[in-house]
Amino acid sequence: MRDTDRLPRWMDLALLPALNVALALAVAGLVLWGVGQDPWQVLGLLIQGAFGSRVGLGYTLYYATTFVFTALAVCMAVHGGLFNIGGEGQAMLGGLGAGLVALAWSASLPAALMLPLMVLASMLFGAVWAAVPGALQAWRGSHVVITTIMFNFIASALLAWLLVGVLKEPGNMTVESAAFADSARLPGVHEALGWLGIAWPASPLNLSIVLAVAAAVAVGGFLWRSGPGYALRAVGFSPPAALYGGIAPPWQIVRAMALSGALAGLVGMNEIAGVHGRLLLDYVAGAGFAGIAVALIGRNHPLGIWLAAILFGALYQGGAEIAFEVQGFSRDMVFTLQGLIVLFAGAMAQMLAPVLMRFVRPVRVLEPAHG
Amino acid sequence: MQAAPAVRMQCICKRFGAVVANHDVNLTVAAGTVHGIVGENGAGKSTLMSVLYGFYPADEGRIEVNGQPLAAHGSRDAIAAGIGMVHQHFMLVDSLSALDNVMLGAEPGWRLMPARRQVRDALQALMDRTGLPVRLDLPVEELPVGERQRLEILKALYRGARILILDEPTAVLTPQETAQLFVTLRGLRDSGTTVLLITHKLKEILALCDAVTVMRAGTVVLDTPIAATSLDELAVAMVGRRVHLGRAGQAASAPGDAVLQAEHLRLRDALGVVRLDDVSLTLRAGEIVGIAGVSGNGQSELLDVLSGLCAPQAGSLVLAGRRFAPPRWLRPQDARALKLAHVPEDRHARALVLPFAAWESAVLGYHRLAAFCRRGFMRRDAMRGATAEMMRGYDVRPPDPTLRSGAFSGGNQQKLVLAREAWAGPQVLLVGQPTRGVDIGAIEFIHARLRALRDAGGAVLLVSSELDEVLALADRVIVMNAGRIVGERAVAACDETTLGRWMAGEAIEGGDAGHMAPVHA
Repeated sequence: MRDTDRLPRWMDLALLPALNVALALAVAGLVLWGVGQDPWQVLGLLIQGAFGSRVGLGYTLYYATTFVFTALAVCMAVHGGLFNIGGEGQAMLGGLGAGLVALAWSASLPAALMLPLMVLASMLFGAVWAAVPGALQAWRGSHVVITTIMFNFIASALLAWLLVGVLKEPGNMTVESAAFADSARLPGVHEALGWLGIAWPASPLNLSIVLAVAAAVAVGGFLWRSGPGYALRAVGFSPPAALYGGIAPPWQIVRAMALSGALAGLVGMNEIAGVHGRLLLDYVAGAGFAGIAVALIGRNHPLGIWLAAILFGALYQGGAEIAFEVQGFSRDMVFTLQGLIVLFAGAMAQMLAPVLMRFVRPVRVLEPAHG
Repeated sequence: MQAAPAVRMQCICKRFGAVVANHDVNLTVAAGTVHGIVGENGAGKSTLMSVLYGFYPADEGRIEVNGQPLAAHGSRDAIAAGIGMVHQHFMLVDSLSALDNVMLGAEPGWRLMPARRQVRDALQALMDRTGLPVRLDLPVEELPVGERQRLEILKALYRGARILILDEPTAVLTPQETAQLFVTLRGLRDSGTTVLLITHKLKEILALCDAVTVMRAGTVVLDTPIAATSLDELAVAMVGRRVHLGRAGQAASAPGDAVLQAEHLRLRDALGVVRLDDVSLTLRAGEIVGIAGVSGNGQSELLDVLSGLCAPQAGSLVLAGRRFAPPRWLRPQDARALKLAHVPEDRHARALVLPFAAWESAVLGYHRLAAFCRRGFMRRDAMRGATAEMMRGYDVRPPDPTLRSGAFSGGNQQKLVLAREAWAGPQVLLVGQPTRGVDIGAIEFIHARLRALRDAGGAVLLVSSELDEVLALADRVIVMNAGRIVGERAVAACDETTLGRWMAGEAIEGGDAGHMAPVHA
């Protein structure tokens, strides 16, 4: 029985992922070497660019914040047995929700009311956008993988239509809305640290990171400590067992999708309220899909997701830095590296497990279930 | 000089990770005999046969077939060496005809029509010789279970099997079909085929086999000709101690008030097939009612309906004074609130969430109780405490609430499920296949607990495909066939022949003739 062949926890959760990332970097290094670059120089620049300066670190964490939201969204759905690949569209709708309330009331409401209202609106819009495919899955059997993808396109089209029409600022040639009043702007981390008397260079990193930490804690608490989380995981693992336990799978599916969409919607806070201060196109920029990879590498656990999100944030930021510094280095190389990391740490996560198994005694020995 | 044995396996070792499934196993099967291999679940008998059939290689050891060594081999080599296997779960393509199933993978040529003719002729000759009638042109899904099994045997013989491995062949058969199978197997033996019979039913071994090998915990503990052994010796060898599975007394007192009354239940499945047809039954406090029948004759659906897992189209149910009728049928949570507990047939799919820790599975269905959930948050300490208590009371091993539910052996999983359902103090307990895939020591324990529940005034509805189990536990026996109740009798008045006829679809004498279901055997 397979259950007996288990690595010790620390190996499974720490050593194995670290080895996988190292392996991905090694293969990426070979690729770089093959195209005539110096892998060590590139790796050095990557780390330097992502973590070497306070500005670089700020960008890394800013990217990571967005990935945390979309990855938590994937994680929530996965624990409910669903594959939500509509994070992209739900994040767009989240931004739209935040943007609409900001455009409507930011001139008249103070930040203390405006910002919580924007958080709620972004979560609500994201939740509704995900709940519809959830309901279609629950009662009509339309697969969420298909419907959420389609909802991504609908979201994109909806946003474009609103921004070239209803929401367009008169006299502005760019496809974007009017700027929000200051009460609808989430302060940057450098500003917040400034209030505490700590000097910090400006970066797009804003207080959404606090939201992202809170969201990760809340997701962990919900899934593993709460009654509704218990029900959701029961459905995710085994719908027949859940039904037997008096948990109706259809409602759980809708709930899981709604919560998933609400988390993705929070991307709107990071991008719209935290950085741009107005509604515009393409602010999600693939983060919804990157979130799937981040959740995969983070093993659908909030802590793992944070670590994986920082890794991806570092790749984004460090990659931009390399493209700037090294002649002939294309940003596509960063995507190659991302792809390798997804391959090694996500898709082939257990590849090295049998090798490690040779060095340890398995954790627990039980009688087999079958003769 | 004596002829070489049909099969000789020497010093076979097979490990899965750290689990030793076979340790230093020796097995010699004389040609032209029926050789039984018995053991509890997890004893290693299926592993041994899978090694022989080439599903996985042994870590150590040698295999000889008819004196020829069978080196590191796969199923293909095993088939070439004349070994055929009939699995417990048939390996047939339901939508193909019986003929095509035999031909699949063994087509005598690339042109289909001449190949079919050729296979049909060969099969016809084979059927005439062995007395294994199968309707070759019907799709397998339309064949009854017994005929499917005959088809599996034919398939193996057609491929030249001289050594036939049968894995728990009688699990799905009525007593009559079993008897028929045994006649066939004896015939095959007499014509020179060697039969290896894997089973955990000792009576079958005694009735059919020439020799028997008993396995326990991955090793051979007894290897003897049938003439030199007895039921008791085999049972002790299998379990390692003396067990009592027979009848252990009737209910202490006469049954009390009716606690569950179902009337005229009628259920059609999604395809429109009638699964329950006018089923009425009453459960009284302090009795065990056993439902006998060949699997798939509506017993599972009856449990689903009574426990609220699915709603019938017609009928009514009175439970603890409340009446339910479609469209407002009771839901599983209503059933629990009304003190109806349910040990489902399929513990892997239903009763447990396998990836959950034991303490999470141990509250499934009761997770909303204030004892386990306060203001939306799970009380993990209370859950773990209750689980530890259940594990102590029901001897679940290892008694570790943090272990994954799927990591326990079948018997211990079942004990955990039963502990959970008994924990809430039910008035009605529905039990489906309580000892399927459970080792014999645990069976004894589970039976004792069910009797204790009855003696404490509970009403138990037992569904089991093991007639022996029904007869050992029940105070009253109901037989189902094709979705109908075809007979009912106090256990004292039951005999296996009558029950077997009912199970095969013959209606109870008198009165019920109008209800007679089509004969299905």
